[in-house]
Amino acid sequence: MVKTKSNVIQRDAVVVKFVGDSGDGMQLTGTLFSDTAALAGLDLATFPDYPAEIRAPHNTVAGVSGFQVHVGAKKIETTGDLCDVLVAMNPASLKSNLKWAKPGATIIVDMDTFDEPAVKKAGYRTNPLEDGSLETFNLVKAPITSLTRTSLKPLGIDTKTIDKSKNMFALGIMYHIFGWSFDATYDFFDKKFKSKPQVIQANKIVLEAGYSFADAVEALDSVYQVSKAALKPGRYRNITGNVATAWGFLAAAERSGRPLFLGSYPITPATEILIELAKYKSLGAKVFQAEDEIAGICSAIGASYTGSLALTTTSGPGLSLKSEAIGLAVMTELPLVIVNVQRGGPSTGLPTKTEQSDLYQALFGRNGECPAVVIAASSSANCFNYAYIASKIAMEHMTPVILLTDGYLGNGSQLFRIPKVADMPDINPPIAVANDPDYKPYRRDPETLARKWALPGTEGLRHRIGGLEKEDVFGNVSTDPLNHEKMTHLRNEKVQRIANYIPEQEITGEKEGDVLVVSWGGTFGAVEEAVELLQKEGKKVSHAHFHYIMPLPKNTSEVLKGFKKIMVCELNSGQFVNYLKMTQYGHVYTQYNKVQGLPFTVTELVLAINKTLEEK
Amino acid sequence: MSNQPNLTIERSSVELTKEDFVSDQMVKWCPGCGAHAILSAVANVFPKLGYRKENLMMVSGIGCSSRFPYYVNTYGIHGIHGRAAAISSGVKIANPHLSVWMATGDGDSMAIGGNHFIHIIRRNIDINIMLFNNQIYGLTKGQYSPTTPMGSVTKTSPQGTIEHPFNPGELVLGAQGTFFARVVDNNPKMMTEVMFEAAKHDGTSIIEILQNCIIFADKTHDSVTNKDNREERQIVLRNGEPMIFGKQKDKGIRLNGSRLEVVTIGENGVTEDDLLVHDMYEQDPGIHLMLAKMAYPHFPIAIGVIRSANYPTYDDMVVEQINYAKENSKIKTVDDLLNSGDTWEIK
Repeated sequence: MVKTKSNVIQRDAVVVKFVGDSGDGMQLTGTLFSDTAALAGLDLATFPDYPAEIRAPHNTVAGVSGFQVHVGAKKIETTGDLCDVLVAMNPASLKSNLKWAKPGATIIVDMDTFDEPAVKKAGYRTNPLEDGSLETFNLVKAPITSLTRTSLKPLGIDTKTIDKSKNMFALGIMYHIFGWSFDATYDFFDKKFKSKPQVIQANKIVLEAGYSFADAVEALDSVYQVSKAALKPGRYRNITGNVATAWGFLAAAERSGRPLFLGSYPITPATEILIELAKYKSLGAKVFQAEDEIAGICSAIGASYTGSLALTTTSGPGLSLKSEAIGLAVMTELPLVIVNVQRGGPSTGLPTKTEQSDLYQALFGRNGECPAVVIAASSSANCFNYAYIASKIAMEHMTPVILLTDGYLGNGSQLFRIPKVADMPDINPPIAVANDPDYKPYRRDPETLARKWALPGTEGLRHRIGGLEKEDVFGNVSTDPLNHEKMTHLRNEKVQRIANYIPEQEITGEKEGDVLVVSWGGTFGAVEEAVELLQKEGKKVSHAHFHYIMPLPKNTSEVLKGFKKIMVCELNSGQFVNYLKMTQYGHVYTQYNKVQGLPFTVTELVLAINKTLEEK
Repeated sequence: MSNQPNLTIERSSVELTKEDFVSDQMVKWCPGCGAHAILSAVANVFPKLGYRKENLMMVSGIGCSSRFPYYVNTYGIHGIHGRAAAISSGVKIANPHLSVWMATGDGDSMAIGGNHFIHIIRRNIDINIMLFNNQIYGLTKGQYSPTTPMGSVTKTSPQGTIEHPFNPGELVLGAQGTFFARVVDNNPKMMTEVMFEAAKHDGTSIIEILQNCIIFADKTHDSVTNKDNREERQIVLRNGEPMIFGKQKDKGIRLNGSRLEVVTIGENGVTEDDLLVHDMYEQDPGIHLMLAKMAYPHFPIAIGVIRSANYPTYDDMVVEQINYAKENSKIKTVDDLLNSGDTWEIK
């Protein structure tokens, strides 16, 4: 398609946000937009932002669903703080999202939806399209509903069906602004609506109508040009954190030769992992949708005993329900990966919002002294790697591993450079051999302290394990006081020794300086970008992002030592900073926290870090 | 099929004996506890199932009954309170080549584990569940359970319980159970027979064992299990045979309209031909439910296999779905998956 606009704006990166009513199809619009961006060679990250209700009341702020896409020629680490282009399909979505628009941003609204009742319902006193309140923005009033209806009139389909394709009009406008082709989206229509040719036709007509509208309208006199990103050569795809997590487990199962078993119960925002794994029976994945969270983990413990790579996936409240069973896995020293896609808490909390407030629960939320490994992914794409590594640690060290991700990583998407399974690290579980005369259920490897995995069906290895304290080596039930103390130490030491098998902690920037900004989990992108910006200004600030939390990397103390202040940034009231204070003494800690159910913005981090740098 | 041994489980090449399953652990149940009889029945049954001894697996939860795995030399997990059904489900789904046996009690299965209990039954996962029903919490020393008769005085019901107890058979059939049997701990022969039937049944088999807790609920089942009058108060159901009981074999169960009734053969013109003939394989659970609910003093309690209906099992269907997917999906390896759908090359 030929660009007829004269004003071309070259940009490194652009943030676009689609917002509308829950039923307006904003998630699909955002997904199609990002797929096209990816095919145009751009790096990207996406984040869907939707209400907990499936269809909240029409035209209310509670019912607004959004999808943010950050595309760029540079490496995209976050989904972007504020947007350059905001597409708002109704007054409520404009009302709740205007605060996320950059000063002077382009705002495209469906003006047909701004009638008096809808404007009032959104909480406006006067119509924002007419009262001058949007003066500082580049406001594009597009009659999206009416033009969609007009363009589909010749097809003779009903209005309800017609209105469902309004979102394609908005997408057409965006394709014009970026000068992108329709190909990927057409492919999608052709596949998705294979048996409904009229729907395919309708969507194509509306997409083109949106494009033509944008071409003709004066307010859209500028178009963006974002050049291709300098990505490492290879084959790529777009992937969400939850899908990446599921696939990482499949890779670990294939590589270890251990069949995959998932016992899980649906819970937002972790359900997609369960849905995803249920698709791959062809890879031998056994997926058991249990009657509750407890049955999810208990079935996984049963499967683990028989030699499966056993998994359970959940979010905060579900982790609470699984606590007792994690204790059983710790006591029986069986491999198990528990994924917690964190959301806002406590209790039901903010089911669809992101937070990092389950760290204490992961570390300490069990009865008795009950050490489990805790690791955290830091990007949607590397959920794949950390799911793989969690499986490797669980099986090689015969221990439960809690893998923390969060709603932001799980639902968000990123470009993913496709690895070859053969290039992933080896996984060698300590499986006991038949008739091993030295086999005892709790005899340990002298290096890792892992006991052997003796699988039912194997000759000469019959044994019983359970939640009662075990006699060292023999594994019989024991209430002996000294044995209990010894076993308590052994269980802890086994987990601590995993530090010998994980990478050392890395630092972005100098090894010494004024402030070391510390983060963990899903905040990596925002913190890294903020620190890099400050480094460019010559500030003596570095960044350490932790993936391994229990145990911490061996050189943690060494890393912290080089800085006058350690500033720990996290989406809770200070859980990791307190954990560091407990375990790494002699450093000056400060903290920056946010508990709003939202990810960090780069802007707020830059401000906060600067403040810490200035404070003496 | 109901009448064949499970063919997915590897057979033993040698004949096994009781000794093959003797554990080195001291049995720590109270002297006189009904659990000893159950252990000895299992010791008789396991060697004769014909399976390799390594393919037997015991799972339990918490409670007196749940110490069971330590006392049998098989693979085993002693789980946590109420969760044995969930753990067993994972074991059997992950490895359908195991013969999985579960020991549980009335509290473990129907109070704290009630949810898992009804769902394992509904799914019909091929597990043999021995439900030790002593109508009391033994290990915590004498609190009422979900099967304690209403009005019973226990440590937590000093004025008598005000809860309606579960009838396990009714619960099992309500959850669409495919196999339900009831036995008494003082009838080892019957217990052994029923365990074989449970093992043969493909699907979740529940064996309710009326067990005596000599310490906290002694003689709780005495009215129906006492050797002096059990012939009058129990009816032993045998497939294909008319329902006759009584010391003189003169009483029977007849269907009168939509209800069961006790009749005396030879009185009021009743002959053996009028009696119900037991069909444990009948799919419709209607009669089975009525039999499971029969209670003293209006009826004798039903002993033996009440229901053994043939339905597909969850574990078999998992295997079928996986086999189908393996044959029909284009995704054969994780590399196939990673490269499926929309991908593109960056040079």
